[in-house]
Amino acid sequence: MKRTLIKKSNVLKTFFIKKMNQLTNRQRESLTGYAFISIWLVGFIFLTMIPLIESFIYSLNRITIVGGEGIRLTMVGFANYINLFTTDLTFLSRLQDFVLEMVLFVPVMNILAIMIAILLNRQFKFRGFFRAIFFLPVIITSGPVIAELLRQGAGTIPSISESGFLDILANLLPDFLNAPLQSLFSQIIFMLWFSGVQVVLYLAGLQKLDQSMYEAAQIDGANVWESFWKITLPSLKPMIVVSSIYTIVTLATFANNPIILWISNVMFNPNFGYGYAAALAWVYFFIIALMLLVTTRLVSPKEASYRVVKELEKFKR
Amino acid sequence: MSMNKQLSFKRRIFGMKFTDGLFYKVILYGLLIVIGFVYLYPLLHMFTYSFKSLQDLLDPTINVLPSSLYLDNYINAFQVLEYGPLLLQTLTVTLIPAVLQTGVASLIGYGFARFQFPLKKVWFALLLATYMIPPQVTMIPRYVLFFNLGILETVFSIIIPATFGQGIASAIFVLIFYQFYLMIPKALDEAAQIDGATRWMIYTKVAIPLSLPSYLTAFLFSFVWYWNETYIMRLFLGNGGETLLIRLYNFVSAYNAILGGGNDYANEAIRMAATLLIIAPLVVAYFILQRLFIEGIDRSGITGE
Repeated sequence: MKRTLIKKSNVLKTFFIKKMNQLTNRQRESLTGYAFISIWLVGFIFLTMIPLIESFIYSLNRITIVGGEGIRLTMVGFANYINLFTTDLTFLSRLQDFVLEMVLFVPVMNILAIMIAILLNRQFKFRGFFRAIFFLPVIITSGPVIAELLRQGAGTIPSISESGFLDILANLLPDFLNAPLQSLFSQIIFMLWFSGVQVVLYLAGLQKLDQSMYEAAQIDGANVWESFWKITLPSLKPMIVVSSIYTIVTLATFANNPIILWISNVMFNPNFGYGYAAALAWVYFFIIALMLLVTTRLVSPKEASYRVVKELEKFKR
Repeated sequence: MSMNKQLSFKRRIFGMKFTDGLFYKVILYGLLIVIGFVYLYPLLHMFTYSFKSLQDLLDPTINVLPSSLYLDNYINAFQVLEYGPLLLQTLTVTLIPAVLQTGVASLIGYGFARFQFPLKKVWFALLLATYMIPPQVTMIPRYVLFFNLGILETVFSIIIPATFGQGIASAIFVLIFYQFYLMIPKALDEAAQIDGATRWMIYTKVAIPLSLPSYLTAFLFSFVWYWNETYIMRLFLGNGGETLLIRLYNFVSAYNAILGGGNDYANEAIRMAATLLIIAPLVVAYFILQRLFIEGIDRSGITGE
């Protein structure tokens, strides 16, 4: 019995090896490649692609939950989408706030992150200690701490608002500049806390820079300031793209984002239903994608297309 | 003489180069301490707040520091959170998906980085696109799917997406490994191949040992993100399992149910104590792993070029 089993498996094995040997090198490589990514492919098709299609269909329907388990679809065409743009004031106003906030937050957070990364990249005593503190937000920001703190209003530094600094600013500046500045200062902790990963990205980028470039520039008479603008910043450009994308996606999808809260809210609200929530989520998805596109274009118009071409060439090889 | 003295004074303040004078050091450490304080401020705030008794909370003269080390908040929070059993439950639904997600991401990243196959560009673009999709889009269809499969309200509804590379931010982890494996020279593979190694052996014997820092980074992030996730956990686990964070989310009602109403209520100080208890494991894990983690960042090629 045992022997036949072994024999059988041997037969299978030789058959398999024979088949593999009949393939060209290229076919064999394709097969192995697909074998490696197969688990993702299966997951993508069943857990992401099909649900995406389904949720799009849902968004064209009015969904009512019947009894214990079943759901009933009533086709309504694009009514959900039309309602969303014409009647849903909560969504529209939150969306507007969100877009304005992004315009302000993404550059500020990136600048802060670059500054901190440059600071941490220097040689100094207790470097390990400071690094440990500066990366702490990476661990905590996604969680309950932020929610608790936002509720408590601890996202701001009290001494800033108490010092009257903001009042002085308010008197000096015109109104349209004042409002965003106020929110900037009141959310500075929030922004710093959410820039942990960006600091990590920039730090990794800085460490790849060749020190001899700085020495060469110094010999040519460049000072620290000039080397920053002419060497450091241009070399960090790809990192700025990646970091901006990360910033937008994180801020757009984190659980306390007002729009995400609204979508979750609507989902289980019988007046709106899941169909409507699905429509909201799709529109939001497109807006995020649009924002990413605009940002990558703005940050580096040439760089972005160059990187894509480079990436594609990598695949051709 | 005095000229010389003045010069050496100046040199001590500003240094020979800009970067070794006292002036520079004061600015550097000043900035580090200020920014470090801003980072730590919320935690410090929570920490001091969590020791305040009800009297302290109501007393307007007590501002930052509590009048005494009031430990009852922690005792109450510990009880309401049912810390022991819930910690175990939380670890099952976070550690298992995090480990699986990291392992699978490495496998997928290796596939994309090392092999050429038809439609590769399309799949890779789709992989990146999955990162941008707000989870709300696919949530309900997945809910229905898991319901039909009969795994809703079980651990598997969290584990299965992680296993198939569709968990929380899976795309990022695949990308981390992809970038890293691109950097490993192909010559290593070829050398192993000449020695008769199969593709799988090259992956397990060459690629994995080299990418341990990436594993650490990916695992830490994955663990933290699963730990902090409440929405998906609440939806998919339902009555099938509660995590510490879900308990925190329903803290007030849990407090009333366990410690009983009366004039005793879940005040902010108790909530702060509970929050600190919940992030404590993360902070401990972070401080143990941080040296490795930071070195990992230096080497893991998280950056992408």
